[in-house]
Amino acid sequence: MKRRELLATSAAALGLAAVGTGARAQSPLKVGFVYIGPPGDFGYTYGHDQARLAAQEHFGSAVETSYVENVPEGPDAERIMTQMALSGADMIVATSFGYGPSLNAVAQRFPNIAFEHATGYLQEAPNVSLFSARFYEGRAVIGTIAGRMTTSNKIGYIASFPIPEVIRGINAAYIHAKKVNPDVELSVVWVFSWFDPAQEAAAAQALIEQGCDIIMQHTDSTAPLSVAQERGALTFGQASDMTQFAPDVHLTAIIDNWAPYYIERIQAKLDGTWAAENVWLGIGAGEVAFAPFNDRIPAEVQEEANALIEAIGSGAYHPFTGPLNKQDGSAWLAEGEIADDGTLLGMSFYVEGITGEIPG
Amino acid sequence: MDFGSINPVILIASLMVAATPILLAAIGELVVEKAGVLNLGVEGMMITGAVAGFAVAVTTQNPYLGMLAAIVAGALVSMLFAVLTQILMANQVASGLALTLFGLGFSALLGQSYVGIVPPRTPKLDFGPLTDLPVVGPILFNHDILVYVSIALVAAVWYWLNYSRGGRVLRAVGENHDSAHALGYKVTRVRILSIAFGGACAGLGGAYLSLVRVPQWTEGMTAGAGWIALALVVFASWRPWRALAGAYLFGGIMVLQLNLQAAGFRIPVEYLAMSPYIITILVLVIMSSNRARRSMAAPGSLGRSFHAAG
Repeated sequence: MKRRELLATSAAALGLAAVGTGARAQSPLKVGFVYIGPPGDFGYTYGHDQARLAAQEHFGSAVETSYVENVPEGPDAERIMTQMALSGADMIVATSFGYGPSLNAVAQRFPNIAFEHATGYLQEAPNVSLFSARFYEGRAVIGTIAGRMTTSNKIGYIASFPIPEVIRGINAAYIHAKKVNPDVELSVVWVFSWFDPAQEAAAAQALIEQGCDIIMQHTDSTAPLSVAQERGALTFGQASDMTQFAPDVHLTAIIDNWAPYYIERIQAKLDGTWAAENVWLGIGAGEVAFAPFNDRIPAEVQEEANALIEAIGSGAYHPFTGPLNKQDGSAWLAEGEIADDGTLLGMSFYVEGITGEIPG
Repeated sequence: MDFGSINPVILIASLMVAATPILLAAIGELVVEKAGVLNLGVEGMMITGAVAGFAVAVTTQNPYLGMLAAIVAGALVSMLFAVLTQILMANQVASGLALTLFGLGFSALLGQSYVGIVPPRTPKLDFGPLTDLPVVGPILFNHDILVYVSIALVAAVWYWLNYSRGGRVLRAVGENHDSAHALGYKVTRVRILSIAFGGACAGLGGAYLSLVRVPQWTEGMTAGAGWIALALVVFASWRPWRALAGAYLFGGIMVLQLNLQAAGFRIPVEYLAMSPYIITILVLVIMSSNRARRSMAAPGSLGRSFHAAG
């Protein structure tokens, strides 16, 4: 313990000395990334790593980025973040919800390092900043496309765990599919895993057997896309452009684009204006983006989708705008009323029209 | 929603596909355990096979060469376990767990440059007009080769274990290695060969996942299939045909619960998802009673190291 504190203080002192002598101008700003998965997952961690590379390219030699992959949540995360801090990182970015306690513990010991935590909720030190993305905005757009393109009026949805993030996505997709196609039905299959290719493939099979001609997924593997390609069902990519797995049926993908945020925050740290925040950004900030539309989407549907992207991006339209009822028919949002972030962050109910129950 | 919206024919056809990887791994492990060795490294061998098969299939653009490579890779990696437990006399449980951890990490390393690639398609076997037969067509005559290989393997293992000299020697080694040794059988050699067979089968099962079932390579893609295969061997009480039935039952439960969900049934998903494991625990409990144990017949020397005395 003693030694650790000593190291921490000396690291802090060194940091101060560096500022004092103006050495900071020459030595690059060091940014360390802690990944929950491998950058090659073609999904969530891939998105973060692409953003890291984009930031690296943007700043050139002024910034030095590094990453540690496959870091389990828990004591290992704390050890790795401490190591990063001791080896001179100026900023540490951690990408998973469960890093919260470790990140805050390390942040308290290294008050001069800026900590950025994706999808987190714990903010116990003044140098911990939280950020997340409004993926439901993207779900609203693909819901619109799905509602227009389904011919069987049955949309399949492969869901991971019944948490607000996933439920929000289901609701947003359903509301917007229903809006353009009142006959649409949504079948949700829960696989209780973020990543289980065999199970996800089987879920896609089952949905297609049931007559769904469009498959959406909120799980991370590309297995459902392979099934859709083989069976001729339409589908959307998850977290990154997955066209190569289903070139004929991949309509578009919701892309996690963290690059603008990383660049902005690293710039702030360079300028000395970095301060802890808690932000939830969406299409408007460029954090939620889309893969190029497949030519199979008719021009008028593409236009409609682009208009929706535009409206959400400019703030003119919110995907959860009343009138909306909950599944049991009770009123949720009145005409023109917009859902507040608190309700969205804790969403645990389906909107009216979705059949089936949320498990658990 | 009515129950009729689930087509039983297609359900059976898809459960056979869902069951094939665990069946392949389980039939290999069954032989290993019949020889008295408990190899908990099935998951590690499966995923090694998955990545090796995928890499070779992509490089050569031939899925069958990939499957062959998976067999070789599974057998090779199982030799680590064989050396540790049969020659160096290490604890089998610990070595098996180590093999799983090693396989998961090693495959992730090997597979790094293969992420995001689409493998060559494995064609379904062409049975001509037979495929168009009602009911039997989709169930029996519309699969890829490995589905048939897995069933043939079950039959072959069953026959070999029960009706061949080699199979009887293997069982003798598994039941009582001291007696087998006294009779002059090469206990260690038999066990090493069966471990290699188990590794080859697990590797092939892994390749089925990465080449046919999913088909793509991603880290950790076996997602626990190896453990289900291990449970299956116990569930089957070390009998090949029961392993087949068990695999189709486990595969069936998984496919059925997803189909029920998709058809809009309100079912407790969590319970169905855990049911293979619950069944296995029940089987273990029943087995632990003496009367049942005699009929279940776990190999007598299962999990014990053999050291030739004198």
